[in-house]
Amino acid sequence: MTDLLKLIKIMKRRNFIQQAAAGTALISLGGLGLQSFSTINNFKKITILHTNDVHSHIDTFPPDDPRNPNQGGVARRATLIDSIRKENPNTLLLDAGDIFQGTPYFNYYGGELEFKLMSKLKYDVATIGNHDFDNGIEGLYAQLPHAEFEFISANYDFTNTVMDTHCKPYKIFKKDGINIGVFGLGVELKGLVTDTNYKETKYLDPVEISQDMTRILKEEKGCDLVICLSHLGYEYNSDKISDIKLAKATKNIDLIIGGHTHTFLSKPTVVKNIEGKNTLVNQVGCYGINVGRIDFYFDSNKNISAEGVSISV
Amino acid sequence: MRFTHLIYLLFFFLLLHCKNSDVQLSKIEGKQIQVTDKLELDSEIDQYIAPYREHIQKDLDSIIAISPKTYDKTDGELNTALGNLMADIAYEQANPIFLKRTGHNIDMVLLNYGGIRSNLPKGAITKGTAFKLMPFENSLVVAAIKGNQVNDLVNYLVKARKAHPISKLQITVDKNNTLVASKIDGAPIDADKTYYVATNDYLYQGGDSMTFFQPNENLYTLDYKIRNTLIDYFMKVDSISPVRDDRFIKIN
Repeated sequence: MTDLLKLIKIMKRRNFIQQAAAGTALISLGGLGLQSFSTINNFKKITILHTNDVHSHIDTFPPDDPRNPNQGGVARRATLIDSIRKENPNTLLLDAGDIFQGTPYFNYYGGELEFKLMSKLKYDVATIGNHDFDNGIEGLYAQLPHAEFEFISANYDFTNTVMDTHCKPYKIFKKDGINIGVFGLGVELKGLVTDTNYKETKYLDPVEISQDMTRILKEEKGCDLVICLSHLGYEYNSDKISDIKLAKATKNIDLIIGGHTHTFLSKPTVVKNIEGKNTLVNQVGCYGINVGRIDFYFDSNKNISAEGVSISV
Repeated sequence: MRFTHLIYLLFFFLLLHCKNSDVQLSKIEGKQIQVTDKLELDSEIDQYIAPYREHIQKDLDSIIAISPKTYDKTDGELNTALGNLMADIAYEQANPIFLKRTGHNIDMVLLNYGGIRSNLPKGAITKGTAFKLMPFENSLVVAAIKGNQVNDLVNYLVKARKAHPISKLQITVDKNNTLVASKIDGAPIDADKTYYVATNDYLYQGGDSMTFFQPNENLYTLDYKIRNTLIDYFMKVDSISPVRDDRFIKIN
């Protein structure tokens, strides 16, 4: 587009108004246009990798662990993520919260090592889980200098806390020309976290906030993909808001990456949203035993089948 | 129409065209990848972790006391040596702090059976032992409740027939599991008196259906983790000698 503007400026300056030349200019502009949109026929692929509830599980479980022998571990996860990034550089790595608490690494270092390692693995963004308040909101704040990635939460209002301005509601990434909007959601803290730990953090209604977020990301910011990074929990036998309930009650969310309930899903769940369109909900258990991978393929309009987006999970 | 206008018009047309013919989502694939030992360790990351790991291991492995035998939470029906030890430690470690802060003594302690997460093996007691016994971050709180709520607490324990760790409370049931007597500091529980009951924050919030802590006259948070009560106690003593006693017994 800047080339076009330059061309217009040059033409204006030269007062280039011969009829024949104008025709040539139009053709060349047309050509330019086609050139700049020539990528529309190539497909684009965005890979989303995600973890949740890693709970300070930095080392691989020992061989004698009764539940998860030889599984997990940051150094192995690093190898996996590295190989996927080599295969597709247009990859985002996200974490859905509860980074803290679960092994002595947290008790000894307060989350420092967790954040440093996530930075080394080049996490792009994370949301905040209830256990991330385990050393108080000050304990979370104190570890922020070790995180080279940002935290997002749209429904925690940190205005009167130390976290104010250190946590944004959403973040937009641009990968291969595709705009990816990611917003964060946290679980209600009352009754789950001692109030002296979360202090004056205000919990806002996730459904209402998601309606605001999708309007901003989809309509105002023109995001091609909208991802909700949630620590609400997958599903409950009560009225409590969950990822499944949120997916049903909202629109324009392509993917909800969840956490909190340590839910192991054999595959992502496809939920019909309020407009009858598909929203994917995924969660990968806990402790870094699994990494979730969702690939979004983009194509030019003409190559898209009448059935719309095909989902294979 | 001037030529420049035409150019601008064309420009806008192209912009609109560009927006409408943009790429669209066509396909989504989702899968879960297991992190197993088939994946090689990233050596840079592993070496980065190493000094942290070694420091923790060294500290966790350092011997802080000796246990003459192995204690398990299943060694007893209504009270166990291990449960008694943990509840007595909570009292011994927390009471001086509570007394200094409030001028009151803790009247009794209640923890939960499910909160004992491992046995206590014979031999070296390390900080790691305390982490295994209590991997969670729960802290001690003291709730000021009326005697009638303490009676609810007693009835809960009688009904549960489980060795929930208690200290300074004495319960006797008959062979039909009917309450015979319950005493604090040698005296029957006075329904109208205020008792200071130390417990963990999980139970205080109604965990294990222990609803008798709400409402209450006052809550005192001690900011003292259960695990740290154990570590501090083990560091203070050379060896331990807990016993099963008569704090919760069945008589014929």
